[in-house]
Amino acid sequence: MSFSNLIRIAVRALVRNRLRAILTMLGIIIGVASVIAMLALGEGSKRSMREEMSAMGTNMIMVMPNFQRRGGVNLGSGSSMTLKISDVNTLRNEAVYVAAVSPEIRSSGGQVIYGNKNAQTSVYGASEEYLGIRKFSIKSGRVFTEAEEKSMAKVCLVGQTVVDNLFDEGTDPVGLSIRIKNIPFLIIGLLEEKGESGMGQDQDDLIIAPWTTVQRRLAAIDYINGIYASAVSEEKSDAAKAEIEEILRRTHKLKDSDENDFRIMSQSELMETLTSMMSIMTYLLGAIAAISLLVGGIGIMNIMFVSVTERTREIGLRMSIGGRSQDILKQFLVESIILSILGGVFGVILGYIIAKGAGSLMDTEAYVQTQSVVLAFAVCFVIGVFFGWYPAKKAASLNPIDALRYE
Amino acid sequence: MTKTIIEIRGLRKDYHIGEVTVHALRGIDMKIEAGEFVAVMGASGSGKSTMLNILGCLDIPTKGDYLLDGVDISTLSKDELARLRNQKLGFVFQAYNLLPRTTALENVELPLFYDPKVKSKERMERAIKALDAVGLTDRMHHMPNQLSGGQQQRVAIARSLVNDPVMILADEPTGNLDTRTSFEIMELFQDLNERGRTIVYVTHEPDIARFATRNVVFRDGLIQRENMVTDRTFAKEVLKTLPVEIIEEFDS
Ligand SMILES: Nc1ncnc2c1ncn2[C@@H]1O[C@H](COP(=O)(O)OP(=O)(O)OP(=O)(O)O)[C@@H](O)[C@H]1O
Ligand SMILES: [Mg+2]
Repeated sequence: MSFSNLIRIAVRALVRNRLRAILTMLGIIIGVASVIAMLALGEGSKRSMREEMSAMGTNMIMVMPNFQRRGGVNLGSGSSMTLKISDVNTLRNEAVYVAAVSPEIRSSGGQVIYGNKNAQTSVYGASEEYLGIRKFSIKSGRVFTEAEEKSMAKVCLVGQTVVDNLFDEGTDPVGLSIRIKNIPFLIIGLLEEKGESGMGQDQDDLIIAPWTTVQRRLAAIDYINGIYASAVSEEKSDAAKAEIEEILRRTHKLKDSDENDFRIMSQSELMETLTSMMSIMTYLLGAIAAISLLVGGIGIMNIMFVSVTERTREIGLRMSIGGRSQDILKQFLVESIILSILGGVFGVILGYIIAKGAGSLMDTEAYVQTQSVVLAFAVCFVIGVFFGWYPAKKAASLNPIDALRYE
Repeated sequence: MTKTIIEIRGLRKDYHIGEVTVHALRGIDMKIEAGEFVAVMGASGSGKSTMLNILGCLDIPTKGDYLLDGVDISTLSKDELARLRNQKLGFVFQAYNLLPRTTALENVELPLFYDPKVKSKERMERAIKALDAVGLTDRMHHMPNQLSGGQQQRVAIARSLVNDPVMILADEPTGNLDTRTSFEIMELFQDLNERGRTIVYVTHEPDIARFATRNVVFRDGLIQRENMVTDRTFAKEVLKTLPVEIIEEFDS
């Protein structure tokens, strides 16, 4: 049978069985679309998470005091005093994989007042390196100097949210004076906006002041709350972490049997954890997608099976007027290829639309990957074609008269 | 002089339905010469359709030999049988077996799709000609469910003619037709027979059987008797004598 005849016969048969063709296609469309949409959303949120994390600084290493437990007894707040400014200095001098290091001091209950307005915000004490480590930059004004750090100067840098809360719109806060815990501070710089973090936290709601000022004047403590450091490069962040641990254990004079009295977290580790969590989510979405693909596939299978059973009489007739088994098979193959391709194409388009739509609803950029398109398309194509072909093969192996009498 | 087109020896066909075995054909010996015009008769269930299906290579006998044009069909492959059906045989089914939701024209065209020698223009022309021959020119684009039983039967007949077969096998081709249309179909068959086609048809009506040259009567899967038709009817002549008015009443 010539190719054009084959196409003509197949198209005629599809048109004759419109509803069935549409239902089969629907199975393929749903399967393909759901796989593509799910995987696109999973991949999209993974990517945006990654981006945000690297915006926070991939080289960053944090050291926090450890709540020491001895014999299961929590030693209370005193145990959070294990980090001292001397640790920062030692690291600054000795650690070769560490590019920058800064103490962090947090002042609790930071009420700030300007005129008749007031706001609650976090006040951090740090050295100037802190900005580089945490990827803050100055929008206007300047950073505090070493001299100001030494002299416990009452100067500070403010985030945009603090400005929005305290000042009228359009006010340039640099040069103005605010009161933190009733102590007047001169604003010397405004921080560039960072927006929300991946966890939905406002990263612009803060004040940064020299660590000496915060430690002595606001918090009135002699220890520090944490150390922020950055490794010389992302690749070296594991080495830097090990180095910091080694130095701190040494300076803290811990015995081999002692646990660390501090905790070290590196951003790249955190990122790995998050990425693997996101991967699990993607797999989960993938599994759901696979199930819908399976359901779609079973739908296709059913319709193809039912339709061939219904069409066994047609097959019998075609054979009795001279169609060979291979002619019949080719016809069914072409029919199911047409359906699978059409369904696949519509499925890809629909999946793309769903991914984008759901993505904008969920506020994540859906990312349609070529692999998932290929995968979904291929699976549906194979299912569609196989189940179009296989029952037809069975029917075409009957005697014409048995096929004609089939009920 | 004449050539044997069909030779059957000891043909049996059994159907097994669970424990029960139905002996549809119980040993048939028959010869049909090329150019013969044979009517098969017999009671319902006597095995006429079973016989015809085997003659049409649509079914295989349980036992016995079938030589078509000197070739033992049991030696032919499925594809060779399909080719044979496509190019040498025309079959009219008792149940018509038209494709649903498909126009009369497309139904008639169908056999030619499987003949690689026929191009699409020729296919259409031949289908129209075949529909003309059965008087359905004006119903060409109707679907089977828009046609009467008799019209569907005529579409089925047109389909069996379209490949210009050497032998036509028709299972009760006039079963649903009024007298005049029956005679017209018989006229068509007699015409084809005149031009050398071998025709075997099944009928219940002795009147219709008299258009043939030979009658074969089946009974319980065996041939009860055979006879040459001595007082053969010629459709052309009978049609002339039929009062036209009454027929038109029938038709409408
Ligand atoms: N597929 C089948 N399975 C089982 N039995 C069958 C089958 N086909 C036919 N038979 C049986 O074989 C016998 C002959 O059937 P066949 O159809 O040849 O009769 P027939 O002479 O054509 O009858 P009618 O004039 O009613 O068409 C019947 O008893 C029938 O029940
Ligand atoms: Mg019958």
